[in-house]
Amino acid sequence: MGHRLMVVDDSNIIRRRIERVQDLPGVQFVGAARNGREALEMHAHLRPTIVTMDLTMPEMDGGECVEQLMQRDPDILILVISALADKLTAIDAIEKGARGFLYKPFTDRQLNNALRQLIA
Amino acid sequence: MSTLRGSPVATTTETDIRVFVDSVLNYFDTSMQQTAECGTPYLALSQSPEISDYTGMIRVSGKRDGLVFFTAPKSMLCVMLMRMHETDMSHHNLCDLVGEIANTLSGNARRDFGHRFNISVPAVVHGRSSTVDYPLDSRPIVIPIAWRTYHARLVVCLN
Repeated sequence: MGHRLMVVDDSNIIRRRIERVQDLPGVQFVGAARNGREALEMHAHLRPTIVTMDLTMPEMDGGECVEQLMQRDPDILILVISALADKLTAIDAIEKGARGFLYKPFTDRQLNNALRQLIA
Repeated sequence: MSTLRGSPVATTTETDIRVFVDSVLNYFDTSMQQTAECGTPYLALSQSPEISDYTGMIRVSGKRDGLVFFTAPKSMLCVMLMRMHETDMSHHNLCDLVGEIANTLSGNARRDFGHRFNISVPAVVHGRSSTVDYPLDSRPIVIPIAWRTYHARLVVCLN
């Protein structure tokens, strides 16, 4: 079964970059949200199976969004992508339900490797 | 051109500055897949060093107070976007790019300084005539950043 990818990031260039460079077979980009609140609204009709999630965003941050997405769909695969490079932030995201953590800035290869590990 | 990367650490200030310099150089290494060069840091002659077209900034408080920003000309940022295969060179995306660089400054500072500092979320300033509120009684340290034929600056102003 293929995966449906939604990107959540307040940076337009990051949203477009993830859409452009992800090249995993069976992974289809379905949409992008600018913050956690928008992601929750879009989740209802896009039904993503994979989400890349920024942490620091306006209106609703990534941590809260991860928690709410996990309540709606415990099987959803969330990769947190953040410039917050400390271990505590990564641990907190994992405890909330994220399955992986990628630090910004990242290379195309690092992104695809992280997504590959997510769906393995 | 001298570099802070890998040089001996003499003072706390130099250690602090290196965190920010390494953040910017790592951004170029990773996102541009090209190396940027750090020039010789100098104390700004005036309290308000010149800023460029787009500036991404974080504010710092706690053990030290002040601000850190990366300021770059539009031409440089456009080429950086091209390197990322981004075709939209709009004002919005240029702001996004310096905001992302400031974001990595913030993230690395949180990791390396921990509880010693409170770091703000990044802010973006547009225009060479924009004003920056520097802390009183401080002299900004300017670190030239060269990439390809372009020149940006990292400014660290902590008192």
